[in-house]
Order: sequence, then structure tokens, then C-alpha cells
Amino acid sequence: MSTTITATRNILGTSVLRPDGTAKVRGEFHFSSDEFATNMLWGATLRSPHPHARILSIDISAALKINGVSCVLVADDVPGKLTYGLISSDQPVFARDVVRYMGEPVAAVAADHPETCKRALEAIRVEYEVLDPLVDPERCLDQSVPPIHPDGNVFRHQRIVRGDQSIQGEVQVEGTYDIGMQDQAFLGLEAALAIPGHDGRSVELHIATQWLHEDRKQIADCLGLPEDDVQLVLGGVGGAFGAREDISLQVHSCLLALRTGRPVKMQYSREESFFGHVHRHPAKIWMRHHATKDGRIQRIEARMLLDGGAYTSTSPAVLINAITHTQGPYVCENATVDGFAVRTNNPPCGAMRGFGVVQACFAHESQMDKLAVACQLDPVEIRIRNAMSKGDLLITGQPMDSVAPVTRCIQETAAIPMPEAVTSDDPLLLPGGSGRTATSSNIRRGVGWGVSMKNLMYSEGFDDYSTARCTLQDGVAHLKFATSEVGQGFVTLAIQIATSILGVDQVELEQIDTRIGSAGSTSASRQTWMSGGALDGACRMVREMLFEKVGKEHHVDPIRLAIVDTDVVDTMGTLRVPVREASAGVSLSHTFEHHHRPTTDLDENGQGNCHVAFAFVAHRAVVDVDPELGLVKVVQIATAQDVGRVLNPLSAIGQIEGGIAQGLGLAVMEEIVIDNGRVRNPSFTDYLLPTALDAPVVEARFIEEPEPMAPLGAKGIGEPPCISVTPAIVAAIRDAIGKDIDRVPVRPQDICL
Amino acid sequence: MTVVNAQSIDEALHALAELPEPRLVAGGTDMMVEVNFGRHKPGDVVSLRQVRELRSWHRNDDGSIFIGSGLPYKVMEEGELAMMFPALAQAARTVGSPQIRAAGTLGGNLGTCSPAGDGLPVLAALDAEVHLRSLSGERRVPFSQFMTGVKKNVARSDELITGVTIPMTVGFQGYAKVGVRNAMVIAIASACFVHDESSNSVRLALGAVAPTIVRCTEAETYLDGVLAKATPITSHELDRFKELAASAARPITDHRSTADYRRHAVTILAKRFAERAFNVV
Repeated sequence: MSTTITATRNILGTSVLRPDGTAKVRGEFHFSSDEFATNMLWGATLRSPHPHARILSIDISAALKINGVSCVLVADDVPGKLTYGLISSDQPVFARDVVRYMGEPVAAVAADHPETCKRALEAIRVEYEVLDPLVDPERCLDQSVPPIHPDGNVFRHQRIVRGDQSIQGEVQVEGTYDIGMQDQAFLGLEAALAIPGHDGRSVELHIATQWLHEDRKQIADCLGLPEDDVQLVLGGVGGAFGAREDISLQVHSCLLALRTGRPVKMQYSREESFFGHVHRHPAKIWMRHHATKDGRIQRIEARMLLDGGAYTSTSPAVLINAITHTQGPYVCENATVDGFAVRTNNPPCGAMRGFGVVQACFAHESQMDKLAVACQLDPVEIRIRNAMSKGDLLITGQPMDSVAPVTRCIQETAAIPMPEAVTSDDPLLLPGGSGRTATSSNIRRGVGWGVSMKNLMYSEGFDDYSTARCTLQDGVAHLKFATSEVGQGFVTLAIQIATSILGVDQVELEQIDTRIGSAGSTSASRQTWMSGGALDGACRMVREMLFEKVGKEHHVDPIRLAIVDTDVVDTMGTLRVPVREASAGVSLSHTFEHHHRPTTDLDENGQGNCHVAFAFVAHRAVVDVDPELGLVKVVQIATAQDVGRVLNPLSAIGQIEGGIAQGLGLAVMEEIVIDNGRVRNPSFTDYLLPTALDAPVVEARFIEEPEPMAPLGAKGIGEPPCISVTPAIVAAIRDAIGKDIDRVPVRPQDICL
Repeated sequence: MTVVNAQSIDEALHALAELPEPRLVAGGTDMMVEVNFGRHKPGDVVSLRQVRELRSWHRNDDGSIFIGSGLPYKVMEEGELAMMFPALAQAARTVGSPQIRAAGTLGGNLGTCSPAGDGLPVLAALDAEVHLRSLSGERRVPFSQFMTGVKKNVARSDELITGVTIPMTVGFQGYAKVGVRNAMVIAIASACFVHDESSNSVRLALGAVAPTIVRCTEAETYLDGVLAKATPITSHELDRFKELAASAARPITDHRSTADYRRHAVTILAKRFAERAFNVV
């Protein structure tokens, strides 16, 4: 992707339009599924129909005889490492002896046409001995249950023990909460084009992913190649939300291309996509809060059990996020938390927007409402009374040294006007919508609250640095980085950063690929901070070089020079040189790496400064419920979000509205239904996403208190919108019907039966 | 694979009789999903898109209305048809998205014969007759005898569904569909309720709660008796009506919902229809 933008002052703080926006709206954007090469083959994957089975034999001979089939690959054809994984390399490229989840890859084919691929897959004969699947996470903790993988059935167990364990609060509330399995459901399906090099050894992969360099490392290992022989180019990405952190078709497509010597394109259907990527962890969380009579939290006890499915993916990190956010954005000095992430024969789970905090937040916010009732306090008052501030210690012992405007988030949300009651009988305004199930007399309204804390960047000692290069030449800033643009808008921000710092009118974004250092993952709300920091650093260094040059030419101390609009200006004199003129005929270039401050591991008591920084948000949900049918219409979400500083108001609102829709989905409809290890609804017919009619009115306020630790003063804003909106909606449903609900998504029968 | 782009009913019937594996396609909104999921590999296809006779409706001499099987849902959503058959319009508006409603047809609903087909409870409650034509002639089958099971009907492989005849009724009509999403959702329970003022009788048909669309005949008879008294319906009578309605359902538990919820939803829909149609104390 090479994009030239002629800017009229596309500076930070303004609603600059996305460079890829118009093409996307017009259907002209080049997604990775649009990749094409002459002479290319199509690839496809054979997947296990069973959640747990022993492979007795695989016979590929009939498939190879089909006209148009170029090759069929199984586990024995993998030249390098047989497994991959983000944290632990335990997931086979192809299952060899055992399949551990429904949909696990067993073989791959390359052929001249997708239909030929389908026929080849049907012709591969795999003999399975079907085994009982291990599907109950609780059983994984039972030592007598045989391991379903050599690494055992527990991915990680971590405790947090802090303070006085003997405290018994005058008020105690407890509950057990279930969170269902959500899918990221990005719209741009997995797709890649692998092009073998002329040297017969190397490969270039065009891929929609969240982290090019991490992909490259895992691919090269499996291919048995040095990393330099594997180059990745970012294809057009249609959403990610965590589902593109893990390897899906990357290794398969490269293997097929290298084996056949021809470009190979692979793309998943929607059904295959449900089996081809990890999902949000289903969780069971028990919590007991101890508090004083006036509602001040004294101690929290909790137990969390996350079902990680068949392979590790990011389960250990998701678990740490979940347990370290047990307290939410509230002060708590004493805690006992036990967390487990376990292996089952359910679909593998890993990263999804919110990354463990979504699960913890549903539990702690449900608890806060119970505490409010027990202490006869308003849901707002109980939260303000316990709200965390900068300087408080977390249950890990880590000091809260991010800006922490929790009280302000709550107060500014509360100040947003409530929506009018619905008096019309227009069904589109009522629960049940176009189904015409209700009239306004059947409806009850409820209001609920959710407040959350979310860590930013990677944790536990991981140095997820980012790299960017800026080259200034003839008044044009050329920017190079490997930051995955998945829809979040970094390409827009990059233009704004260069425009603001260098005073250029024209910014050229070079191809996003692995021909520069890593940018880290587009995850963990981190790219504005990390890649924004790298680009900010690179542009500032180039600006210094420009000042040196101008200073030398005009005999002015460079320290007196500044950029004003599009000119280099002597702040103590009359010199004024346009940047275009000052940079004519030279090439000023700098590559900058941004590292966040170091973090540490947790000790056996879960103590340690494991997180980099935090962001906060409050949500108030207003919901209309049809109590007799159990149907819901979310009317309005009011929110105030701690953003540090707004760099692009339009982008920021987009993140907030999108995140709220995703959190609403988890609250009332989005769930992968699994029956004994089998996915029952792998389609958008039955995995329901909110439509425009389900999306609420969003009233958002930005809380702008610049974060000193952040290079641009801005906190990550991608994840917080989807976290506490879910418990807020559920609280509003409880408020409307006066009944306890302890699972998400809330199903009609949970309300009315 | 042969594709016949039929221009007339006759051409379609000949293709049906002569091709080895003919599959009729009108809007294609069911068939293409099956093809995409690999559940169906079309042998030969007979497209009905350009058969104009199927894409129209008219008034019969006896006042009943004939609706061609190829008429897309969007035509039923408003205008004259919607005024005559409000329940049909309400059902049509719940079908998929606007794009699906521009392509999907009543004939497709009848051909697929899913218990969750949105148009089918309306045809059941309005006592529609289904027209089936083959090269050997035409027959008309009451809807109650047309659908025999999940995705099963009495149409023979050489027969084309040309349309339905719906008798006119005067009085309240309503259609309602329960789904977890507020639009674009497959019914987990649906119902159509019709009050025929001329005979002061009611009809209630249910969708998605049994292998076929079911008529709640016991509930209908019971409510007819209550209406004959010409006094406002009491809450006791309403309860009885909704319980009888639910007893007609034979729902299952699947990944979309539970049998208990489906049965419960039927009681609520039945009660609300009676409340909307009549004076209830």
C-alpha cells in the first residue's frame, strides 16, 4: 500500500479523514482476500470433524489423482518445527496422531480452483478413533483426569494474595458469574497470498494480520528457514479484535507455495473462520466482597476459571489480565484471588478486545451492584465512594501511577441527560423490533452502570517495542513502519504526527511490511502509544536534523528554530524558510524505536509491577425490556472515557461507538454455542451480531487529562469502550425486571422463565 | 449442469420434466446459502426470475386474491396487498434484510418449507390454497395439507408452485415473530392471528414450534365460544386461550432456543394478539 495524501494541515487534534476511508465505503479497498497473482493456485484446509480423536491413518492418494490438484500436505511434510504458538509452541501445524478440537487442521491441498480444492479435501480419507472430549473446565483441575496433551490440562495457575486474609466485612456479597464464548467476528475473512521466491527457498506472504514480525518468527520456524527468507507484507485488513494474533493460514499457505513453486492463495469462508481463529475465553468467576456498612471495600476473594480450549494461544496472559483486574477501578487493600486457565477439547481461546478484563469486569461490576443494594446506596454513590485515584496501590502491590480520573468518568457520565421514555408503538423502537412482539405498554425501562479499568500495552516484563522511520525529502515526509492497520486508524494518525511535527503538506506512507523493525502487535490498545511514540521520535529527530541544516545555512543557532505551520522559523529573529525549500535536494532520515517502561513478573503471591499503564471508562446503560418475552432493546449508552488526549475526535468516537456495539453483543446476543465440543452456530445466521436496529444511541464525553508517560499524551482507547458496557447493560436489565442475572449473554429465557 | 432461464411457466414445466436433476430457483436466498455451506451441489437449475406470470398478483372473480409464487416480499410490505393482508405485510417486513426481501419470494418459502419460514403462518391462518402445476394440469392444495414435515411438502418433483389463493377476510390480522435480535433474525417462535368478523371466528397459526406450521384449533374453538357470548374477555378466559394455544406447539430445544421458552413465547404472543384484537377486562 502506497498512499499519497496532500494535506491541508492534517494536524493532531483534528478530525482528519482516514486515507483508506473513501475506498472502503465505495467497495474499492483492496482487502487481503482481493490478492491475486498470475499462475496462482488455491489452497484449502482439511479439518477434523471431531473434538477429540486419534488419527489412525491418512490416505491422500485419491486426492492426488484428481485433475488439477498440485499437492497435498500432512504433518510429515512440515520441514521445520511441527508446532507454533504465541506463548507456548503447542499447536501442531497439522495434527499428526491426535485431534484436540473440532476444526483442527489435518491436511492442506493446493489446486487450480477452489472447487477442485473442495473435491480434493473430500477425497482425503482420514480414519479416526473417536475419543471422549474433555469439555468441562472444572474437570481439568482434577489430577486424576488424564492429560489431553503432553503439556497437561492446566495452562497456568496464578494466585494473588495481598494484605490481611482474615478480614470479615460487616457487609459481604458474593456471586458466581458465567461469561459465554464470544467471537471477534471481523468482517474481512482470513486470507493470504504466499509467493515463492525465484531462489526456490524464500517466500513472501501477503497477509491480514495484527503483528507481521511475530507471524514471521513462527512461520520461519515451521518452514525451517531463517527469518530473512520469509518476508511479510500487510494485506488489507478488515477488522481483527484479537482474532488475527495467532497463526491461522500463514504456515499452510507458505508450505503449499514452497512445495509447488507457485503463488498460493488461501481464504476462509465465514464458517471456516469460526474454526480457524481463537475466541474470547468463556469464564466462570466467583467473587466475594467484604465491605464496611457504608460500602467501602475492605477485601475481595475471587476464583476465576478460564476455558482456554485445546491449545495455549495467549491463555496465560489473558488469565493474568483477568485476575489483576479483579478489583476493577476501586481501592482494595486486601485480596485473595485464585486463577486458572485450562486446556479442554473446546475451540482454542485467546485474544479478544478486552483480553480477560471483560470477564473480570462483568463479575466485579455485578458485585458492586450487589454491594450497593446491601449498603442501601445508589449504584453511582457506591462506585464513587470506592473509586481509585492516582497513587493508590493495586492488589498486585503496583502503584497506580497512570492518570486515574475514575470519579470524573462516573460524574461526567451521570451528568449526561437521560433519554425520553418511548411512548410510540413503532415496533422498531421497541424490544422485538421488526418482529412486532410488543407495544409500549408491555415494556419496562431499566438503568445500569459499569465502570472499568484496563491495562495498556503488554505485561509481565515483555518489551513490546515499536519501530518507525521518517525520511524528509523535498518537503515530503516518507513514513515507514510495520504497524498493522486493522481498521483502528494508525495510518491516519501517522499522517497527523508527521504533519504536526515537520510542518509538511505531503505525507507518503510506504508499504507496511517486515523490511523494517517490529512494531509490536496491534493489540492491547497500544499502537497510538507505541507506534505513535516511535513515529513521534523519528519525526522529532528528523526535525532536529532539519534545524541543524537550516541553522548552518543561515548562521542561526538551531536551538532557536521552530516549525510554525509549514515553515522553519527563527523564534528570536526574522528568518522564515518553508520546510519544502529547507528540505530540497536532501534526504533527512531517522529510525526510532520506542520502548515503554519495563514491567516485572508476578511472584507466587501475584505481587509485582506487571502492567505499564491503565485507562478508565464509565458506562451508563438505559434499556427497555419486554419482561414477558425476555427481549431487550438498548436505548442509550452514556459514557465518559479517560483518553488522555484526543488526537482525532472522529476516530475516537468511532472506537467508542464500535466498542459499545461489541460489548452490547456480548451482553445480549453474541455467543458461540458449543455442545460436547461441537460448535453449533458457525455462521452469521445463528451467531448473531447487533444490527443497526440493535445499536443504541451513544452519548460520549472525552475526559482529557494528558498522560505524562504517553509520548503523545494520549492513552489507548480501543479496548475500554467494550468492557464495562456489558455489565452496564445487564445491570439495566436487572433493574428493569427485578431479577438476578449472572451470565452473559443474557438469553430471553434468563429474563422471563 | 444445465441452467434454464425460463421465460414462461410452460418453459419451466418442460425443463422440470426433462432435466435429470432439476432444482427450481426464484430468489435463491435459501439455495445459495445451502450451496455456500456445501450442503447442496446443484445439478441442473431452472431459474424462475424472468417468468412474469409468477411475479404478479391479481383479484379473482370471487374476491379472493392470487399471489404469484415469484412475487418478492418487498411488494407485499406496502401498497394494496399490505392493506388487504396486513399480517402478510408484517411477516414480509421481518424477512431478512432489504436486499433479501427484494429477492426472496413466497414461492421460495413454500418450496423450502422450513417451520421457521416467515410467510407460512400467515398462509396457514388465512386458509390459503397452494397452486401446483405440472404438464398434466393444475391442482390446488389447502395449506393445511401442503406442508407435511420439516422441509417436506406434497409437491411432486414435476410440479411448480405457481402461487397461492387467499380468501379475503374482514377484521383484525396480526403477525409476530420472536428472535433474539431486533431485525434480520430467524424466528424462534412466530404466530399469525386472524379475526374473521363475518363469522366472528378466529384463527391462530404458529411457526418454528413444531415440524410443520400448526393451527391452534382447540384454542380457536375456545375463543370463538367466548366471542359468541359478546361480553369482554376475562383474564381467566385469556389464560385458558393462551394455554390451549401453547398445547398445539411441539417445540424442540436447539442452538437457537429451548423448548420451554418457545412454548412460553407462544402463550405470550397468543395473549397479546387477543388483547390487541378484542376488548379484554
